[in-house]
Amino acid sequence: MKFKGKVWKFRDDVNTDEIIPARFLNTQDARELGEHCMEDIDADFPKKVSRGDIIVAGKNFGCGSSREHAQLAIKGAGVSCVIAESFARIFYRNSINMGLPILEVKDLSGIKEGDYLEIDLDKGSVLNLSENRLYKALPLPKFIQEVIRSGGLLKWIKEKKGVKKNAK
Amino acid sequence: MPYTITEKILLAHTDKKSISPGDFIYARLDMALGNDITAPIAIKEFESTGARKVFDRKKIALVPDHFTPGKDRKSADQAKILQRFAIKHRIKNYFEIGRMGVEHALLPEQGIVGPGDLIIGADSHTCTYGALGAFSTGVGSTDLAAGFITGCVWLKVPETIKFVFKGRLGKWVGGKDLILHTIGDIGVDGALYKAMEFTGEVIRGLPIDDRFSMCNMAIEAGGKSGIIEPDEVTRKYIRGEGRRVKGVFFKSDKDARYCDVREYDAGKIEPQVSAPHLPSNAGPARKFKKVSVDQSVIGSCTNGRISDLRIAAKVLKGKKVNSRTRLIILPATQRIYLQAVNEGLAQIFLNAGGVFSTPSCGPCLGGHLGVLGKGEAAIATTNRNFRGRMGHPDSEVYLSNPAVAAASAIKGRIAHPDEVR
Repeated sequence: MKFKGKVWKFRDDVNTDEIIPARFLNTQDARELGEHCMEDIDADFPKKVSRGDIIVAGKNFGCGSSREHAQLAIKGAGVSCVIAESFARIFYRNSINMGLPILEVKDLSGIKEGDYLEIDLDKGSVLNLSENRLYKALPLPKFIQEVIRSGGLLKWIKEKKGVKKNAK
Repeated sequence: MPYTITEKILLAHTDKKSISPGDFIYARLDMALGNDITAPIAIKEFESTGARKVFDRKKIALVPDHFTPGKDRKSADQAKILQRFAIKHRIKNYFEIGRMGVEHALLPEQGIVGPGDLIIGADSHTCTYGALGAFSTGVGSTDLAAGFITGCVWLKVPETIKFVFKGRLGKWVGGKDLILHTIGDIGVDGALYKAMEFTGEVIRGLPIDDRFSMCNMAIEAGGKSGIIEPDEVTRKYIRGEGRRVKGVFFKSDKDARYCDVREYDAGKIEPQVSAPHLPSNAGPARKFKKVSVDQSVIGSCTNGRISDLRIAAKVLKGKKVNSRTRLIILPATQRIYLQAVNEGLAQIFLNAGGVFSTPSCGPCLGGHLGVLGKGEAAIATTNRNFRGRMGHPDSEVYLSNPAVAAASAIKGRIAHPDEVR
C-alpha cells in the first residue's frame, strides 16, 4: 500500500483524550468523531485536514485510554496514516487490529508541518517529497504483518478457524 | 528456565513449552471485560463477523460504568446495547445500575478475577487486577470482539521491570503515592510495552486496596501490566466477604530476568501530587500549597475503595468544605456505597458539605457528575490529568491520594493532611 499526503505535525505524548475528547464518546460514528479529532490541541484541525493527509508525531503517540474511537476519529477525519517515533501500546495494537496504517520511525525531527510525504507501507519507507529525504520505518514483527495482510484482527481470526483449540 | 510471575502466567495460558520476552503468543482468556464506551464497538464488530455464540458466557463481564446512570440519550443508547447483548447471550457478569460499580473495583470485589488469571479488558486501567497476582491488560474493542469469539488474545510477551520498595511508609502515604512517585521517576513512557512488578518489604505489608491503586496506574507509565506476587494479604482478600476465589499463586523465580531493577526508599516518599498535564509531573504535596482548587474529587477505579473513603472521612470528620470549593465523593461500587453509609462515613461527607453520589466513572474522564468549567482546577484521586481530561480544555487536574484531596477540599487549596488535623 502506498500513500501520498500532507503532514500535520504533533508533539510527544499526544493522548487519546486529545485525539478524541471523552465528551464525544457517546457515539461510534467515525465521521461524527472525525469532526472533533484533535480539537483540544488545535480547534481547527478537523476543518484543515484533507483526505489522505498524514499525522506525524513524536514519542508515545496515543497514550491514555483504550478507546478505539481514537482510530475511528483519525480515520473519520480522512487521515491515511500515522507516523510516530513511538506509540503507546494499546493505541499500537488497536491500529493493527483495526487496519489503521501506522509506522514507527526513530527520528522524525526532519519532517515539518506542511511537508508532503510518500509512504510505502510494504517497504516501510517514508519519502519526504518536500526535502527529497528517505526515512526507514522500524520493521513490523512477522505476526503483526500477518494480521495486517489479513485486513485486521477479525479477518485474521476468521482465517484461523478453530484456533482456540490449538492455542499455541 | 527461570521465569518472572508474568512469564509464568502467560506460559500457563498457552500450550507452549517455554516462552521468552518478545515472543508472540496466542493465549487463553479467563475473563474479557467491556464497558458502556468500549463494548458497543466490540458488540458491533462481534455481530459483523456473523458470530452467533460467545466463547463462554461466564468469562465475559459487561459493566456500564462510564456514562451511567445515563448522562444523556446517546449514552443511554450505548448502555442499552450492553444490556441487550447480555440478555441475548446470557452473560453471567452483567451489572445493572444499582448493583454496579466502577469495573476495576467491581470485578475483584465480586470475586470474578483472581490470582493466576489472564484477563483482558477494553479499558486501559484493566491492569488493576495485577494486584491479585493476575496478568491483566487493557486492549481495544476489536481485541475484545475477538476475545468474545475465540476466548483468546494475541500478546507479545513483555519484558519486566522490577520495582523494589524498601523502608517504612510514612504517615498519610499509601499505594497512590508510591505509584505517582514511580511514574514521576520513570516518565509516562518509562515502562512502555513492559510489565511492572512491584515488590519489596513495603509491598508485602501493603493492604490490598493500596495494591489495586498501584497496579491501576501501571498504564500511566506506558506499562502493559502491573503485578504483585500474591501472598497472605491476597489470600485473605479472595476468601473475604463471601468470595470463594481459588486462584493459582505464581511467584517469580529468584533468578528470573528483569530488563531493569529500580529501588526506592519508601520512607523518603511524602504524599504526592501530580501537576497538570501528565501523571509524571509528581512531587511532594507540600510544594503545591499555593494552588487553589475549585473542586476535589474522591473516587474512581484508582481510589474509590472503602479504605480510601475511610481515610477521607478521617480527614473530613467535623470539618467543613471550603466555601469556594466543591467536594464530590463517588464510592467505587454499590457495596462500598452501602458500607460507607453503614459505617457513618456518608454522614461525615454530607455534614462537611460534600456531594456523595452513586458509583460512576463520572468526572474522571469528563463524563458527568462534576465536569470542570473554563479555567477551573481540581484535585482528584483519579489516575489521569491530561489536558481537558475532566472537562474544559483550559481546566486543570492535580492527582493525589484521598487524604490530600480531602484536606485540599477543606482548605480550598492543595493541602497536606497534617494542615487540617
